[in-house]
Amino acid sequence: MEIKKEAMCGTLESNDLLVKVAPRAGLEIVISSEVLRQFGARIREVVEETLKHMDVSQGQVVIEDKGALDCAIRARVQGAVLRGCECEELDWRIL
Amino acid sequence: MKKPRRSMLFIPGSNAAMLSTAFVYRPDSILFDLEDAVALREKDSARLLVFHALQLPVYKEMEIVVRINPLDSPFGLKDLEAAVRGGAAIIRLPKTERASDMLDLEREVGRIERECGREPGSTRLMAAIESASGIVNALAIATASPRMDSIALAGFDYVVDMQTQRGDGIELFYARCAVLHAARAARIDAFDVVFSDVNDDEGFLKEVQLIKRLGFNGKSLINPRQIELLHTAFEPTEEEVLKAERIVEAAEKAEREGLGVVSLNGRMVDAPVVRNARRILQLAGSPPART
Amino acid sequence: MNDNKRALHLQDQCLEGLERFQDFTAHTPYLKGPEKLTRKLVDSLEEAVRRSGLRDGQTISFHHAFREGDKTINYVVDVLARMGFKNLTLASSSLLSCNAPLIEHIKAGVIAKIYTSGMRGSLARAISNGLLEQPIHIHSHGGRVHLIKSGELKLDVAFLGVPACDAFGNANGVRGRSRCGSLGYAMVDAQFARNVILLTEEIVPFPNSPASISQDQVDWIVQVEQVGDPSKISVGAARVTKNPRELLIARLAADVIEHSGYFEQGFSLQTGSGGAATAATRFLEKRMRRKGITASFALGGITGGIVDLFKKGLIEKVVDTQSFDADAAESLAQSPNHIEISTNEYANPSSKGAYCDRLDVVILSALEVDLDFNVNVVTGSDGLMMGASGGHSDVAAAANLSIVVGPLIRGRIPTVVKRVTTLVTPGACIGVLVTDHGIAVNPNRPELEARLRAAGLPVMTIQELYERAISITGEPAPIEFLDRIVGIIRYRDGSVIDVVRQVKP
Repeated sequence: MEIKKEAMCGTLESNDLLVKVAPRAGLEIVISSEVLRQFGARIREVVEETLKHMDVSQGQVVIEDKGALDCAIRARVQGAVLRGCECEELDWRIL
Repeated sequence: MKKPRRSMLFIPGSNAAMLSTAFVYRPDSILFDLEDAVALREKDSARLLVFHALQLPVYKEMEIVVRINPLDSPFGLKDLEAAVRGGAAIIRLPKTERASDMLDLEREVGRIERECGREPGSTRLMAAIESASGIVNALAIATASPRMDSIALAGFDYVVDMQTQRGDGIELFYARCAVLHAARAARIDAFDVVFSDVNDDEGFLKEVQLIKRLGFNGKSLINPRQIELLHTAFEPTEEEVLKAERIVEAAEKAEREGLGVVSLNGRMVDAPVVRNARRILQLAGSPPART
Repeated sequence: MNDNKRALHLQDQCLEGLERFQDFTAHTPYLKGPEKLTRKLVDSLEEAVRRSGLRDGQTISFHHAFREGDKTINYVVDVLARMGFKNLTLASSSLLSCNAPLIEHIKAGVIAKIYTSGMRGSLARAISNGLLEQPIHIHSHGGRVHLIKSGELKLDVAFLGVPACDAFGNANGVRGRSRCGSLGYAMVDAQFARNVILLTEEIVPFPNSPASISQDQVDWIVQVEQVGDPSKISVGAARVTKNPRELLIARLAADVIEHSGYFEQGFSLQTGSGGAATAATRFLEKRMRRKGITASFALGGITGGIVDLFKKGLIEKVVDTQSFDADAAESLAQSPNHIEISTNEYANPSSKGAYCDRLDVVILSALEVDLDFNVNVVTGSDGLMMGASGGHSDVAAAANLSIVVGPLIRGRIPTVVKRVTTLVTPGACIGVLVTDHGIAVNPNRPELEARLRAAGLPVMTIQELYERAISITGEPAPIEFLDRIVGIIRYRDGSVIDVVRQVKP
């Protein structure tokens, strides 16, 4: 999948995260989190895994995390990518 | 014996915090809502949140219902894909008008189950009736498919359709009875409307007493605080429990002695009465409601 | 007459070393002058400080009855800084986020050492990151009194903010514009400090009563604009929380008390601050009425929730070492059965009698609880100090049953951990942990566990709670620390129970 435009998904509420994506050469993931020390590595892992599964290899992904669980991270990253690549149809196998 | 289904807690599918924490309140079932609780702009993201939340191990232990958008909306089918693939136990279809609505839903659910390898028939269906025509077609809807799990009355849209407003309950009387009769004839469960004033405990309890006596299996809730109130109200009284215990004891005794007829205090006890007594004991045995 | 005088001139052995009478005012010159009645009243804080004889390197002390509304600590330290004092030891019964201005004074060398029961906000973060050269000492409320009595904490000058006092220094916290209720902490400083300066908003007619701080303890009195803002004292919910999670936990806690074996006529209780703890009183009311019992006393840390039960006749006496809200302060002022006590009477292990020893059940909070039921109330999951030891370890040690309540997960942070980041209260003191996911009973209380299970409560092992938390949040990465110690946790008996090291930047 290719990120064609800027997009975002999520909120800054507790237990949620805000994900912003933008087109860019190469892959850049920037993470800020309330629980960076405790879960920073895990958040990065989940984000990378989710992007890989969607076959996203280019783009800027900025995460502002407020203590979201893995399931919310996956959902918001997918949401932002889907909005950013303007796909209408969803191939459920990749999610 | 069937699990109790007194409380169905509605959780907006767009709210990550609530999706991450709702299981602590221990309602009998949880409903993830993709329809009215979610803004149009967030239908896509809520769908993803619900899909992933359904995979949480804690939710796999609970009965999860997903309310999708109507199938003729731009969202309904995609919601359905997410819900079935995600593992929801039941799909709640809003604004069900006629039996063919359920058949359409059944067809799509079957297809998705096949495509994703989910056990065929494992996804059950709940029809939400929100209009006069839905009420009039209640029986047909309730018997439309072997996947039918339950039928629910949705109060807000219904009273608008009836050109009246929510009040002391008389405005829902016929609809409640229709839904109940359809459910009982079809041998499925019946759920009552949401009570939206979360600060009016007294009003809530009054409504709960009414629907309990009418025979509803449970009620839709929008605030966790309503759960304990509801469970307490649904709890059989000590007197009811004692009476039920005696009936079941008499029935078991009759069975042991190979007698075809159950009698208690010199009177014959019908099979339905025994069944009801067992149901009461089961309700009494559920995790004690605490006030 | 002459004979008498001659008698005194004789060098009698028995009169050696004794002083000879001169004049009835020889040692009390103030009785002569106009300042007889007003001698303690001083125009400015600077003047009071000068008269107190405070020197660099000495110890100053404060109480924290005004909590986040306190104005006294910051004001006094500001003045001392301007006067050029250096290397002082600050002994405030607690420090809160409103004390952030102390950061500058620490940087400037005015404060070199701190003893306190806890701290919050940017001050706590700064000290956790190494602001103080010497580690901060964190003690419990009772432990503070013990440190004073043992001589380790020598209070040179106590600066005590009170809403009103008379010209001799009789003061209480229940009357005046800025009422704070119980002066439990201040009473200790007034008793033990070498020099006591009262900062008061109002001088009232003599004699002021009741005298929580007595005139025979007070050296100087300075009138100030404001000692504290009582509207900011309020801790926990003045009204019962509506948060469904806190209500769930509160209800479970009340259930535990009901089935604990201590829920009998005349039982005693304490509830800490915090939404779930204070909400528990509402659920207890129903259970007390159902059983037809009343409590002999409630101890604390008194909130409006306790006062409510008291007014309804369900609690006989309220024993107050700190008033957490206006309701509590008002009740203390009005009711003879609402008693004020000092921290020494409350929780000092070396006092001749501490109220906490007579407690049946107490509800406490926690930042972390580990698999051995050890409790951390001082450091957050990020390793920074952010809370208070308070009365936690005191009451937990002494009460018949200590119940810790809290959500199993806060945001994404599990409350139950393998090992607490900082040990403040030893697990042997804790009976039960109540969370929104279930209840864990300390294995050292098998009869209690049996009772709670029989009552149908959701009892699980603490290991199960831990695994449940981790299965939801994922396992947090351990915090990395440097070797440098920034905090020393003093157990109530003065011993060192743990240290806080600086978090690796």
